[in-house]
Amino acid sequence: MKRHVFNKPWEAYLFLLPWLVGLLSFTIIPIIMSLYFSFTRYDMANSPLWIGMGNYMTMYKDPRVWKSISVTFRYVLLGIPFQLSFALFLAVILKKQRAGVRIYRAVYYLPSLFGGSVAVALLWRQIFNKEGIINRLLSLLSIEGKNWIASPDTALYTLILLSIWQFGSSMVIFLGGLQQIPQDLYEAGSIDGAGKVRLFFTITLPLLTPMVFFNLIMTIINAFQAFTPSYIISGGTGSPVDSTLFYTLYLYINGFKQFKMGYASAMAWVLLVIIAAVTGVMFGIGKKWVYYDD
Amino acid sequence: MTKRRVNSIIFHVLIILFGFTMLYPLLWMLMASFKTNQEIFAGVNFFPENPTLGNYASGFKGVSGYSFFRFIGNSFLLAAVCIVGNIASCSMAAFAFAKLDFRLNKFLFSVMMVTLMLPFHVRLIPQYIVFNGMGWIDTFLPLAVPKFFATEGFFIFLLTQYMRGISNELLEAPRIDGCSTWQIFLYFMLPLSLPGLMTIGIFTFIWTWNDFFSQMIYISNPIRFTVSVALRMFVDTTGQSTWGALFAMSCVSLVPLFALFIGFQRYLIEGIAAGGIKG
Repeated sequence: MKRHVFNKPWEAYLFLLPWLVGLLSFTIIPIIMSLYFSFTRYDMANSPLWIGMGNYMTMYKDPRVWKSISVTFRYVLLGIPFQLSFALFLAVILKKQRAGVRIYRAVYYLPSLFGGSVAVALLWRQIFNKEGIINRLLSLLSIEGKNWIASPDTALYTLILLSIWQFGSSMVIFLGGLQQIPQDLYEAGSIDGAGKVRLFFTITLPLLTPMVFFNLIMTIINAFQAFTPSYIISGGTGSPVDSTLFYTLYLYINGFKQFKMGYASAMAWVLLVIIAAVTGVMFGIGKKWVYYDD
Repeated sequence: MTKRRVNSIIFHVLIILFGFTMLYPLLWMLMASFKTNQEIFAGVNFFPENPTLGNYASGFKGVSGYSFFRFIGNSFLLAAVCIVGNIASCSMAAFAFAKLDFRLNKFLFSVMMVTLMLPFHVRLIPQYIVFNGMGWIDTFLPLAVPKFFATEGFFIFLLTQYMRGISNELLEAPRIDGCSTWQIFLYFMLPLSLPGLMTIGIFTFIWTWNDFFSQMIYISNPIRFTVSVALRMFVDTTGQSTWGALFAMSCVSLVPLFALFIGFQRYLIEGIAAGGIKG
């Protein structure tokens, strides 16, 4: 049927032309260039100088690279499990159509909409200040709080909290998935005498695993690339004592503050490899627990 | 009262309490924007004692001699151009993937899906170097031009899904009447995919409005500052003595997002649910 209507394949390439040009000039060529730069020393003023594996060797010995990797992994590993379990929990609670539910969903979604903005990052910086509202609320309980943003042992946790606060968009994705689970499965389960908790673990969760999996992958990929909150909250430095030095922030400092474009390119390639490896491992583990209908 | 009713009340109370806690920081910022600087730091009340618009007045004066209205205008202009670019280029690609037969369809579609997973940073540095060579630094061109070449794979994915759901028969009728493929795309496919186009338009707006990293890298002259870049400059140039004005402008910067949310909630929610887009 389709073939009958659109029978001139060359037309398809005309429609794809903008995308193909974009793919070539904004993705493929830049990626090849970036690989080349990663083997050079390049400050944009002089032409690139080939140094082989030099940048990668320097990275290996650069303690700030290791620090930024550890900060980023902690951000990903501590934030995402909470973010997704909150999202799932609230999606299940707000699944049923009853009075007020639409408004509640909207309220929980709102932080996701605003969360990526500079405005919210600035607000966060104020909230966890010495004179911020957290400490003001604590002082009502006669607890003296500290400057959470300026303490190396708590600064990263304020950023993790900011990412958990934005669980709303994952919740919306889960809500969409929950609505596709046939109601009669639950009825059958109840007749067999299963309680609510049992129904959740035997019906809801298995049927939702493909969606949880997809969400997990996309959230992880995004989290590895998070930049704005760490930049704004630390004033672009990763302070205090590099405790909020995200990998992307260190890449930015190298590339755009110190104009070590070769080094920054090598860092970008290592990020690509890390993300590919993590995604690969996830897909490997995913085969074991993700439930597919067919 | 029955047990059911008590449960229902407990449910609503808990959900509302939790919701209030979530929104508290935002509400606090809104209130703070009407307080004097002394009250923001020392005050104990949630509501402003003597509500003042002074923060808004000093905030709109902006930074480096340019009013905040200018930055809002810049952000809107950039977003508008990006919306046009994304809708035009992504809908064309999606139409080809969803409805046209060509040998490489499956292969190119999976290439597109792979590009979704690539970190933005592998492209960033060469792009910056090339744009620099073309003299595009400190213009809106690096931020807007790529949008006309369907660089947002997510939107192609979303629209392809949407267009696949539109029945082929609706496109066969105009073909029998002698329409060209281009006419079918323009006069039948696009109107039929309007909700999908709305969704990607809205997300383009949100992403452009919230974007900070690329705008900060490419824009340096205050005359071209966007809202994100201006807010950050605000802190750097005035220090922390003017939290009031900063909060006022932060609130202003969230208004367009909130308005979109109120007006187009359906498209937002559908977009997130269908494409797994981060809102």
